[in-house]
Amino acid sequence: MNVPADKLTRRIAEAAAKGRPALVPFLPAGYPHKDTFWQALVGLDTKGAAVIEIGMPFSDPVADGPVVERASLKALAEGVNLEWILTELQKREFRAGLVLMGYLNPVMQYGLERFAEDAAQAGVGGVILADLPYEEAGEVRAALDARGIALIPLVGLNTSAGRMALYAKEARGFAYFVSVLGTTGARDQLPGQVRSQLELAREVFDVPLALGFGLRHPDQLRKLAGLVDAAVFGSALIEHLDQGGTVGEFMDQWK
Amino acid sequence: MRKGYFGEFGGQFVPELLMPPLLELEEALSEIVETPAFQDELTGYLQDYVGRPSPITFCRNLSARLGLDLWLKREDLNHTGAHKVNNTIGQALLTKRMGKSTLLAETGAGMHGVATATAAALLGLKCVVYMGAVDVERQNVNVRRMELLGAEVVAVQSGTRTLKDAINEALRRWIADQADTHYCFGTAAGPHPFPLLVRNFQAVISREARQQFLEKNAALPDVVVACVGGGSNAIGMFHHFVPDESVRIVGVEAAGTGEPGCYHSAPLNLGTNGVLHGMKSKLLQTPEGQILPSHSVSAGLDYPGVGPEHAMLHGQGRAHYGTCNDAQALEAFQTLSRTEGIIPALESSHALGWVMENARELRGKSVLVCLSGRGDKDMGIVEEYL
Ligand SMILES: Cc1ncc(COP(=O)(O)O)c(C=O)c1O
Repeated sequence: MNVPADKLTRRIAEAAAKGRPALVPFLPAGYPHKDTFWQALVGLDTKGAAVIEIGMPFSDPVADGPVVERASLKALAEGVNLEWILTELQKREFRAGLVLMGYLNPVMQYGLERFAEDAAQAGVGGVILADLPYEEAGEVRAALDARGIALIPLVGLNTSAGRMALYAKEARGFAYFVSVLGTTGARDQLPGQVRSQLELAREVFDVPLALGFGLRHPDQLRKLAGLVDAAVFGSALIEHLDQGGTVGEFMDQWK
Repeated sequence: MRKGYFGEFGGQFVPELLMPPLLELEEALSEIVETPAFQDELTGYLQDYVGRPSPITFCRNLSARLGLDLWLKREDLNHTGAHKVNNTIGQALLTKRMGKSTLLAETGAGMHGVATATAAALLGLKCVVYMGAVDVERQNVNVRRMELLGAEVVAVQSGTRTLKDAINEALRRWIADQADTHYCFGTAAGPHPFPLLVRNFQAVISREARQQFLEKNAALPDVVVACVGGGSNAIGMFHHFVPDESVRIVGVEAAGTGEPGCYHSAPLNLGTNGVLHGMKSKLLQTPEGQILPSHSVSAGLDYPGVGPEHAMLHGQGRAHYGTCNDAQALEAFQTLSRTEGIIPALESSHALGWVMENARELRGKSVLVCLSGRGDKDMGIVEEYL
């Protein structure tokens, strides 16, 4: 059977085989504009993204810093919603694996079963819900699992080995390691403990590891070579687009 | 019942990065707060510093006018002028015992911010308060009080720039600073264990009020009333009356201007089930799950969500939730001032306004209202309207 979540693992492994972390760009749906978003996505896809994360906008994104929050609110103001995202996705095909990232409430209002069904139809391989920790995730995971979609866990610098093990037991697709004790947003420097925590995560998780939340420069990754399989960048990409840059230029500098 | 749930409401819908401090707090609730040593220390502060027990007052003049027996539980007489201090002293003492150095808080009207800054000053803790930029404008006296007390006040410019956004920013700050910072949440809402922790500290209101009312009347009140923002003064006022089946329990939500289609702050009456700020509860939201702005003339009630225990009591029918609009609250504000010489907070005026609106139906009944705070902070707003 074609399990959508497996495509994520496969794409990350393909890139890793070339000896560099897979590139996982994040773009809020409808950014920079509703009509140019899909073009940007195609750009990311053709420029070698292994996985593309699409932000589902929410009015109160507590895990996000100002850059992503502003982009989400702008998308909301332009009328972006889950229905639009999923319908438009169903019309398109991407080489990259697709992940939807957001918060529980819009998904809950859309209807969990309906969401899982439509996401599967749209070729989505994974879902990240930033406000859904292990304790609350059972129902959502079951609905997604039933369609072969991964509920991607987020772990970080303060996640104990015990809690990582809880997530690892259920993880498919990949696991997302949050590089800072903070919100999304590019930082010049990653905290020192990243290395030892990543080593721990490596031991605990069988699925590939993606590092994200604080990435700004490709050299931040060089230091962690071998410890991560994929790199997620969101705010840095949004800032690049805001300054008039193109998706292609951005991807090239990370290759 | 699942851990951290009140019926189907509650839970811990937060980023994984916030789970360690929440789990730490859960443990502190059972290992520290529920010990006699902690409770003794807290009681000492509540008596000697806050001025508890607060009295209950019979409103002679207004009772005659309304044709019912109106009693007030005088939380306005607490040090700092509202019920909020019951919670902040408790959480500040807990913070010290947990070995943390800083109190982080959100505030709407500024009363919780002031009460947090006060507890921080008293106990030698640092204090950072997040406040929506709109509220910084309309509750400016409280901003100056917080600063005088040594707190850093951060004006939040994101989203609707009110309480809901201040909570978002405070949660973000807590993710980063959890090692040395306790988030002193201001109401009985948010992720578990806050609804329980805050109720624990606010339940002193009904523990006293029930006893006081029995002593003066040799009977329980017929009706107990409190305004509901996030729900802390109300849950504190209700808690010890919930098992008393004869007592009708009424929470009052803010109906804003009261015009159809206009923003309000009445999620129990007009909201739907959803998840915000770490909890599953009743929310003001679009069918697509985007949180709607709220409105109330009182900044302290201006919130699109409500604590999960109220959502449960509402669903069970054990408590009823009415509404009071801006104009009715302003009317009650003036009436209590003129007839009883007590200037109520605009939040508390919503509870009074509901009683005044429903006086005919309540004729002959004994009605105990939680006067959650005093109205000095609202002079500027009221003058604009009157
Ligand atoms: C005097 C007063 N009453 C009531 C409230 C509403 O909060 P809660 O519903 O938590 O009691 C506030 C909040 O700022 C307040 O200052």
